[in-house]
Order: sequence, then C-alpha cells, then structure tokens
Amino acid sequence: MSEATALASSLTGCHTCNQVVRLDKDHHHQGLLCPRCGSPLHPRKHHSILLTWILVSLAFVFYIPANLLPMTRVVSLGQVQEDTIMSGVIYFIQSGSWYIALVIFIASVFVPVLKLLLLMFLLISVQRKSCWRPRDRTRLYRITELVGRWSMVDIYVVTILIALVNLGALADIDAGPAAVNFAAVVVITMLAAKSFDPRLIWDNAALPEDSAMKT
Amino acid sequence: MIICHDCDLLQTKPDLQHQGKALCHRCGAVLFRSVPDSAQRVVALSLAGLILFAVANIYPFLAFDVGSQSTQTTLFTGVRELYAQGLWALAGLVFFTCIAAPLIQLVLMMHIFLPVMLGRTSYAVKPAFRLLLQLREWNMIEVFMIGILVALVKLTKMAIIIPGVAMWSFMALIFILTGAMTSIDGRIVWDRVDSEK
Ligand SMILES: [Zn+2]
Repeated sequence: MSEATALASSLTGCHTCNQVVRLDKDHHHQGLLCPRCGSPLHPRKHHSILLTWILVSLAFVFYIPANLLPMTRVVSLGQVQEDTIMSGVIYFIQSGSWYIALVIFIASVFVPVLKLLLLMFLLISVQRKSCWRPRDRTRLYRITELVGRWSMVDIYVVTILIALVNLGALADIDAGPAAVNFAAVVVITMLAAKSFDPRLIWDNAALPEDSAMKT
Repeated sequence: MIICHDCDLLQTKPDLQHQGKALCHRCGAVLFRSVPDSAQRVVALSLAGLILFAVANIYPFLAFDVGSQSTQTTLFTGVRELYAQGLWALAGLVFFTCIAAPLIQLVLMMHIFLPVMLGRTSYAVKPAFRLLLQLREWNMIEVFMIGILVALVKLTKMAIIIPGVAMWSFMALIFILTGAMTSIDGRIVWDRVDSEK
C-alpha cells in the first residue's frame, strides 16, 4: 500500500509502450525520449501545477459568457428569439421533456463546474502536501478525465439544429456567441485535466503513510 | 517490471495468459490489457468500423419533412453550415471530434495491426501507436449521439424526422470503435519491435 514511487528509485515508465527507463541522477529530465518507442518521457509532467491552475482559471473566464450569452438565435416569420443554455433547459421543462432538460443541465452547467472544482481541490491538496486518501483522490482525477467530454452535447445539438432547420427553410437559425465560448471551456478543461499529474498525489502520500504503519 | 501511469508505483508485470486487465495494486489503474488474438480482433473490428464510417458519411443522416417540403442531411452538413456562418473554429472542432478523430483511429488500427497479424512490421509503428492513444479522448461520437437525441426531441414538434441509414451505422460505429480500442493488447506490438533489434 505504501511503496515509494519509481522516481524515487530514478526510474520512469513510458506512457506509450510501458518500458521501464533508468534516469540519470543529475539530469533535469527534460526532452527525454523512450529508448524503445521514441515517445517523450515525463518522469513528472513539467510545470504541472502552475499550468493546470492557469488553464482552470482560463476555463472559468470562458464559462461565464458561455452561460450568459445566447447559444442560438432563431429568426422565424420576422421574429427573433435568442436562447441561452438555461433558457433552453427551462423550455424543455415547460414542454414536459424534463429528462432532456436534466441531460442538458448536467452536461452543460453542472459538469464543467464539477470538473473545475475537483481539479482545484486536487491542486490545493497536492500543494498542501496532503496525504489524505490518495487512492480516492486518484479516482476523483479519473472522474475529471472522463466527464469533460460530455459538455460537448450542447455544441452538437446546435450543430444538428443548424443543419436541419436551415435546410428545411422554415426558420433561420444561427449559432450565438455562447457556442464558441462553450467550446473553449470544453477544450481548456480537457487540457487542464491532461496537464495535471496524478503522480504528484502519491509523491506526498507514500512516505508518511509508510512511517505511520511502522509505529 | 512495469510502472503505473497514475501513481508511479514500480511493480512486477502480472503474467496474464487469458483475457483480462492488469490493474495497479496500489491505485487500481489499468496497467495493460491482455486480449487473446488481439491483432485479429482489432483488424476485424476496425474493418467493420471503416465500412460503417463510410455508410455514415455517404448516406443521409436524417430526413426532415415539413408539410410538402422534404430535405435530407448528411453528417457533414452541420460542419459546413457552421463554417458558412463564419464559425470556423467551431466547425473545426466538430469536424475533428466526430469525423476526423474516429476515422484516423480506424485507419491507424488497420495500419498497426494488419501487419502484426501477418507477421510483418508496419511502417512508422511507433508514432502511429502514440497518435492512436492520444486520439482516444478526442473522439466524441457517443456524445454526438446524445446531441442528436436532444435535437430530435426539440424538433419533433416542428417537423417529422426520419432517421436515415447513416444514423444506424453511426450508432453501431460507437460500439465497434469502443470494442476495437479495448481489444488492443499493446504487448504484441512492442514484442515485435523488440524482436526486430
Ligand atoms: Zn497505480
């Protein structure tokens, strides 16, 4: 349960081919390539914490206009109707499709915030050198990796509506400014999850647990 | 020996003979998958996937009836419409996540595993395998499918919508592509690379 990490024994694993590679003691571990498959080796992801913080903050900046600005603009019989994500959710509740409302609310509003809050929690716990339940924190990290993609749902809905409605010529539908902001949130949060290094969780956790078990 | 990607634990490589996943005994991450006849499975599934992909892109995705008017749309129509509205970044993202990424994955799997099946070494297998792993999270066709369902509910009050043959192919492609990616046993590729030296 509490063995030291590979880095402590000057070893690292290739993420592409699983080769175990010995590291030079005095080397800075930058620009290393796997001797078997040529993939870049990252004994720890470079500037992981700083980069993840920057991307998380940037995602919050895009998240606000993504939710406040209109996602679609429909022109039908001279009338213009603008819909934000929340007004779309309310439309589905009022028309009785509450399960669709729930899907959009969870995917577009809840998931991005959940993902960003989880990443912030993990960042803070690593910076405070916490050794609290590393296995569960690694699970939380895997959740952040898995859920982000589902926020693309609303982008796809807009794409399909545009394709169908404009062809049918019964109305004109345009993607609003929220769509681009929303896409930015999804891509930036995915990059944020990628730049976080879960092995940092275990760097702090492994040793104190070891001494706790001996006593 | 093998090192866990998630917690950096050095551990002895489990010798899996049968089908299964080797898990890290500290954090539970999947270390690798053991799949019997991995190359044959991946080749068969990605061949099926390529056929489904072609059908999904050539045939109409949805037919749309409003009164006397009837129109058909293909998978690519939405991307073209976004581009026509000047939203090239959005068009690019939808194109990449729903068309390009799954296609490149299918082609790479054929490129890597067909030679392995025939006992040969494929050209540029190392960067090809790395790219295949990196594309995994950018292929979002299952999310696109949910998007279609939501759009259909939104439009049923305005028009009659008939799912086309492309939509069923696309749905099948989700399962075939997932099946192919989880049938990959990387060890057969790297054993081959090692034996070349
Ligand atoms: Zn592990």
